[in-house]
Amino acid sequence: MNTKVTIAGVELKNPVMTASGTFGSGQEYGEFVDLNLLGAVVTKGVSNIPWPGNPTPRIAETYGGMINAIGLQNPGIDVFIKRDIPYLKQYDTKIIVNVCGKTAQDYVDVVQRLGDQPVDLLEINISCPNVKEGGIAFGQDPKAVEAITKEVKRHARQPVIMKLSPNVTDITATAKAAEAGGADAISLINTLTGMKIDINRRTFAVANKTGGLSGPAIKPVAVRMVYQTAQAVKLPVIGMGGIMTAEDAIEFILAGATAVSVGTANFRNPYATAEIARGIQAYMESQGVDDICQLIGAVR
Amino acid sequence: MAKEKKTVLVTKQEWLSDDICSMWLKAGSMVSQIRPGQFISVYSCDGSRLLPRPISICQTDKEKEELRIVYRLVGQGTREFSACKPGDSIEILGPLGNGFPQIPPDRTVLLMGGGIGIPPMLELAKSLGCGKTAVLGYRDKLFLNHEFEPCCRVFVATEDGSAGTKGNVLDAVRENGLQADVIMACGPAPMLRAIKLYAQENHIECYLSLEEKMACGIGACLACVCQTKEVDHHSNVHNARICKDGPVFRAEEVEL
Repeated sequence: MNTKVTIAGVELKNPVMTASGTFGSGQEYGEFVDLNLLGAVVTKGVSNIPWPGNPTPRIAETYGGMINAIGLQNPGIDVFIKRDIPYLKQYDTKIIVNVCGKTAQDYVDVVQRLGDQPVDLLEINISCPNVKEGGIAFGQDPKAVEAITKEVKRHARQPVIMKLSPNVTDITATAKAAEAGGADAISLINTLTGMKIDINRRTFAVANKTGGLSGPAIKPVAVRMVYQTAQAVKLPVIGMGGIMTAEDAIEFILAGATAVSVGTANFRNPYATAEIARGIQAYMESQGVDDICQLIGAVR
Repeated sequence: MAKEKKTVLVTKQEWLSDDICSMWLKAGSMVSQIRPGQFISVYSCDGSRLLPRPISICQTDKEKEELRIVYRLVGQGTREFSACKPGDSIEILGPLGNGFPQIPPDRTVLLMGGGIGIPPMLELAKSLGCGKTAVLGYRDKLFLNHEFEPCCRVFVATEDGSAGTKGNVLDAVRENGLQADVIMACGPAPMLRAIKLYAQENHIECYLSLEEKMACGIGACLACVCQTKEVDHHSNVHNARICKDGPVFRAEEVEL
């Protein structure tokens, strides 16, 4: 049976990756999951300098989901290169580094620093809803998406995945813009901007007022956007948004995703990533599918 | 030390007050590793409530491999837990966090708990081999206070004055002239802020157990940070993870 998939020339042993921001750089979940079982680890977003993130409370549970406004807290690229990449290099899994910034130059700085690092793919976060200056500012306007993609591609030594925001009217417009800018792959969806109000304290449940909604509540939206994007561009698509089980992951693959990322599910079940990888195999066995590539985009 | 997520049996459940419940869980081998001040994540069996509830460990029975949580009903998740009966099963992850340090026998400790910050102080009171005094603060109705009595002197404070000192734990400390070499405390943020100041003014070594909304409970998601005085070794900014680097911090390390 073949579970290998290829994204921009990088072969993953299976299509299961982690969703940026939910898995740190793997150290914490490495106590629960054998990282060798994963197709790739996608790190938490890293910026050129350390970012302190937002005030607390940073999360709130919602029905079938959660809102987060962490604010891309990260130790900066120096510590990341010194500490996190060597940790991940101990494992036989691909390393995808999620890159965040407030200006185009911030992204370029990080991408350049990663040029000589043993990193397989870069994922450019232009869709964080919780950081005003950066992230989302690039992610909602197709022209800006194309421009930032071009700029990153000009400096990147590794293939580039552009991570798109679902907080747009037409996902195919930003997807096509990323493709026009030279992206090697597209990942989606980032979180949907949401809000929760604490009626007892009569205030916002997260200090940032708004946050990114994730979890199974958003899965149908994500599957729809992955489907539309896969139809609209020739690039490989990495699907995510509320994947809790192998069945959820297979939905995304059938909708057109070459690989999938597991995020919020980790909080509910620290073994989720490995269980989903195993579950996909079990599905293939039970359905008599001998190559996972037969499932990718099989539903049109 | 290995953390694990597992399904465990409820062995006892009882109400201690209008909105406070006590539950014993047959948690198995993890119980032998538990240090006072650590917590577990407790999962709802309803998938619409995704995130685990972090709940401090109130007591352990290492021979029976059981642990006890005492928790306040604050929403649907804890309401669900309170309906569990002996023989029901529930999913937990633990033990989590760092816990309180051990204190040499020649030193004395004031254990201060406020409200739902009282439960973790019980396991601590039982485990400390030094001179210790508990000061417990309540809004009105008392709970757990008698369970401290076999292992230490106990003073209580109530906001409404219905028992002990009228006021908070520090009012009880002052009223009774209590002194110690070390303070260990868990409770609401305003209480911890006041205790930090008190310890600073009186040059007392002080440890505080903090609380914040959590998602992963293991240090990955960075939801439950607290502000630190110095740049934190892990975050490289002035933030430490309460779930992983805490919940117990030296008072002078954190900005409350």
